[in-house]
Amino acid sequence: MAYDKFTILRSSAVPMPIENVDTDQIIPARFLKATERTGFGDNLFRDWRYNNDNTPKADFVLNNPTYSGKILVGGKNFGSGSSREHAAWAIYDYGFRCVVSSFFADIFKGNALNIGILPVQVSPEFLEKIFAAIDADANTELEVNLPAQTITILATGESESFAINSYKKDNLTNGYDDIDYLLSMKPEIEAFAETRPF
Amino acid sequence: MSTPKTLFDKVWDAHVIRHIEDGPDVFFIDRHFIHEVTSPVAFLGLEGRNAPVLFSGRTFATADHNTPTINQHLPVADPLSANQLDALERNSAKYHISHWGLGNPKNGIVHVVGPENGITLPGMTIVCGDSHTSTHGAFGAIAFGIGTSEVEMVLATQCIMQPKPKKMRISVNGELGKGVLPKDVALYIIAQISASGATGYFVEYAGDVFRNMSMEGRMTVCNMSIEMGARGGMIAPDATTLTYLNGRDLAPKGEAWDKLVPYWESLTTDEGATFDNDLTFNAADIEPQITYGTNPGMGTGVTKQIPLAADQQDGDASYKKSLNYMGFAENESMIGKPIDFVFLGSCTNGRIEDFRAFASIVKGRKKADNVTAWLVPGSHIVEAQIKEEGILDILTEAGFALRQPGCSACLAMNDDKVPAGKYAVSTSNRNFEGRQGPGARTLLASPLVAAAAAVTGVVTDPRILL
Repeated sequence: MAYDKFTILRSSAVPMPIENVDTDQIIPARFLKATERTGFGDNLFRDWRYNNDNTPKADFVLNNPTYSGKILVGGKNFGSGSSREHAAWAIYDYGFRCVVSSFFADIFKGNALNIGILPVQVSPEFLEKIFAAIDADANTELEVNLPAQTITILATGESESFAINSYKKDNLTNGYDDIDYLLSMKPEIEAFAETRPF
Repeated sequence: MSTPKTLFDKVWDAHVIRHIEDGPDVFFIDRHFIHEVTSPVAFLGLEGRNAPVLFSGRTFATADHNTPTINQHLPVADPLSANQLDALERNSAKYHISHWGLGNPKNGIVHVVGPENGITLPGMTIVCGDSHTSTHGAFGAIAFGIGTSEVEMVLATQCIMQPKPKKMRISVNGELGKGVLPKDVALYIIAQISASGATGYFVEYAGDVFRNMSMEGRMTVCNMSIEMGARGGMIAPDATTLTYLNGRDLAPKGEAWDKLVPYWESLTTDEGATFDNDLTFNAADIEPQITYGTNPGMGTGVTKQIPLAADQQDGDASYKKSLNYMGFAENESMIGKPIDFVFLGSCTNGRIEDFRAFASIVKGRKKADNVTAWLVPGSHIVEAQIKEEGILDILTEAGFALRQPGCSACLAMNDDKVPAGKYAVSTSNRNFEGRQGPGARTLLASPLVAAAAAVTGVVTDPRILL
């Protein structure tokens, strides 16, 4: 599925300074029963966001009107656990386009990139600076510049570069996906398959 | 003399069709498993592109994640689950994919049925839209979980785009003590290196302990690789591997088998090959394990106390949040903690050896009155074995009932949900908040620790009951 192009994103951010945010928290398994890709944002962080009677939990950050924006900032080891792409869909569907953390689980990172969410891995020190900046001013803006591979706290001008391979970077900036690429080399794949022993 | 290669390199490199400069490898997939939860959107994508399935014979479908574990002969009551199961059946038929749905004698958890039917072979690349695909690494395959976009990629092109992970070797040497199972080895390693200790790596398990382990045990260990953050884990194939596979339904037969054996025997890490990280543990240090927190790295020996927050490497706040969810406090002893539920099953511990181990403790004892037990075989084949070996009689005598195969309470997508606030000793793989039902509290453990809890009603060292 093709997705929105990603170049430069300037936005306030939602802070979630919790470590090991696993995909069962992002979208609990009981909400994985759809056969389409829509509506997952409603259940993003369902059990942290709502009480059993479906009333919002006032102390959860997504229910706090002070914080908003297209960037989610999480603690270390974000997206661990299950391979469910629904976790990335839920984050996207809610309105986030970028997740910042000091460390991402591998499968989540791949899933995010495959649907057009940019995972930005920063140093633990820079992550602390971002949390501090948001703490000081909830409306503080971050700029995520994919072509330059930098993330900047606009209020202070503090900046850090992040890594992404040039193939994925091209995909994101142009809104391409892997299947287009793979389909273009189908004869090569078919020839390779002939050589497999099983 | 060519450069020494690791087992992982040998299998990985044999599947790279093209390397993209400063990008991923175009990586060929030998076997693809699909289930009802992570495949429907992939098929929708395929339809949207008007693309066919490139090699339908390389994909295998089984229903497992939200199937009921009682009354499987009746229509599935939950309309959403029924819809997903129908979609899997419909899509499989449309694209000529083998489908083992509810009621099929081959049906069961994808990572149990793949190996037991000989679909999984050494040297293969295997993917599935499920993180515990790492299980198949027990056979010397490179196997890992993928997202739905990648499921669509594999259906359409039999390839995915993957950057090659770094390599880690984890060796455990010596002999395991009495009552220490493969699950304990996995939980011990994760507790040592943390739930993210192997993120970015593919693990090879080496050393005496894995060499002497059965295939069921190796599958349990490789299954848990993802819980230390690894993309996957693998063990070099050997006589144990080939003995397990030889004669299985879909494994190659006769001459075809014989031709593959020399290749399979070459799948070992060469002397002198190097790893990005090389860790070694002693088997003698491992006792039966149990987790006390909300990630699989928060585990310890069953006779130990819950570690102090101050001793945690990082994340004091996250650690306390975890204990608070569990209703535990630092420095408390795990032994004697009351429990409400026991779950034996899942792709981690739903195989015949797990039921044998469980039965070895409950034999001649009775289920504790305060415990609700869910015993869920990983497949119909495991279920049949449980009956044939007389294990069912032992379980029944002790007050336990056997359910029907499926993922069940491991992720609680069906009705097998642990109620809020209740404690479950589970042989599954994740103790995340709400994993076994909203508010449920999970203590991960081996089948022996689960059995000991089931008959005593509290966390108990299984070694005193053996």
